[in-house]
Amino acid sequence: MADIKDASEIPEVIDPKTDKVHTWPHLVRIEFICGLLAFMGLLVWSLVLDAPLEEPADPTKTPNPSKAPWYFLGLQEILVYFDPWMAGVVLPSLIIVGLMVIPYIDVNPKGNGYYTWKERKFAVANFCFGFLILWVALIIVGVFLRGPGWNFFAPWQEWDSHKVVALTNIDLNILLADWTGLDALRNPVVAAVFGMGLVGAYYAIIPIYWKLKSKKSKILQELGPVRYGITAFLFLTMMALPIKMILRWTLNIKYIVQLPWINLNI
Amino acid sequence: MKDKIQDIQETIVKSSVWKSVFRHGYADTPRNRILMVASNVFLHLHPSKLRRHGLTLRYTWCAGGLTFFFFLVTVVTGVLLMFYYRPVAEYAYNDMKYLQFDIPFGMVTRNMHRWAAHAMVIMVMLHMFRVFMTGSYKPPREFNWVVGVLLLTLTLLLSFTGYLLPWDQLSIWAVTVGTNMARATPMLGAEGPLAEQVAALTGVATPRYDARSLLTAGTVVGAPTLLRFYVLHCIFIPIVAALLMIVHFWRVRKDGGISGPM
Repeated sequence: MADIKDASEIPEVIDPKTDKVHTWPHLVRIEFICGLLAFMGLLVWSLVLDAPLEEPADPTKTPNPSKAPWYFLGLQEILVYFDPWMAGVVLPSLIIVGLMVIPYIDVNPKGNGYYTWKERKFAVANFCFGFLILWVALIIVGVFLRGPGWNFFAPWQEWDSHKVVALTNIDLNILLADWTGLDALRNPVVAAVFGMGLVGAYYAIIPIYWKLKSKKSKILQELGPVRYGITAFLFLTMMALPIKMILRWTLNIKYIVQLPWINLNI
Repeated sequence: MKDKIQDIQETIVKSSVWKSVFRHGYADTPRNRILMVASNVFLHLHPSKLRRHGLTLRYTWCAGGLTFFFFLVTVVTGVLLMFYYRPVAEYAYNDMKYLQFDIPFGMVTRNMHRWAAHAMVIMVMLHMFRVFMTGSYKPPREFNWVVGVLLLTLTLLLSFTGYLLPWDQLSIWAVTVGTNMARATPMLGAEGPLAEQVAALTGVATPRYDARSLLTAGTVVGAPTLLRFYVLHCIFIPIVAALLMIVHFWRVRKDGGISGPM
């Protein structure tokens, strides 16, 4: 500012691109204060609350419930609805890969460097759903609402390790056989083909939607088939979790697909 | 007296030793402000100037900076803890008790390590949320987002490997639950899809040699697991994470400084 000689040289509108300040002292000062406050907070936290140390490790005494560290309890919660190969391996891997590809599948140039909801509704809604519901909310359920036998307990309920929960879960093919009287569905081969067909139909939405909409939709044209395919696949896979949850809560569905020969169930 | 002090000060500041360490004066000039950053090996990860809105906490939440700060706290306290802790099944738990009850400031050092680790996980989650909400992963910062996702994963792994080290009931069962998942890896875990077929063909994907035993160094979470997690926790993951952090911070600067309206 020192070299401005008269008032006419002062820009009327401040352009955020060129309105710059020196890192020293402006940024370094803020970092220092933030660090100092964080350190004070951490010190008070550490003086008031001791880190847990339970009895010595004993491989013969399994506690009930056995909980993973809190940041993994969202994944442990998914175990209620999916087998370990999905909940513990495939879905976490897809989460990591899916997060990494976000910059390459989101071609919307708007909303770069500022908060906005209007200019990128789909991206923000999806991320918030995944982050706040499927991650944070499931962690809260896992930490506070799950007790012995991984049964559901409200915060005011006592953890009763003898709580009896009726095992009413039923495979989809059996449920449909009961409903329709089609006993062929009870045959494991028929059930496997039927289940895989359902999953195939679920993902078949991807090309069908593309066929129907790609010519008219500008967004889809900008995405192109590859980016669209990846985006749609990740989106449908993410939505498979709430779908399975709702199927469990309403119809007590256990498995949709069963391939006992290769130990694969969905 | 005053003159004498000034004389001494001048002699020191003008000595060749002083000048060899400090390359520029401290007078508040724009040139020195830039040199403070540019000639400092740590500070020069920053650009020497930044856009004004990058200072506002409602934009950055200081989440990335605090994640790094908590990482530094765990490094310092972690090194202190390593002086008193042996990653051997017979000693580990007793060392914890000794640390907590006999070592001056042992308990508070351990608490700070533990809570800073939790705080780091929370801050890294918030940082990712903030970066997404401001669209800061968009060009030209795509690759730095990828590095960030790797760092998030490493943060969780750092925390998880540290969870086992106290060697109490909480530790081994949490790690048992976690590592049991690897058993279900398709084709590579003994109980995963296609494992039987793979085992019959190759002899791998049996309980002794599968994805889980690679993590736990055996069929159960036992003494070899403790050593394996200790090495991962104290050496391997911190080094990889530190390398990626250097790349991450460097790229923030190289990709045009803090994000903002284009």
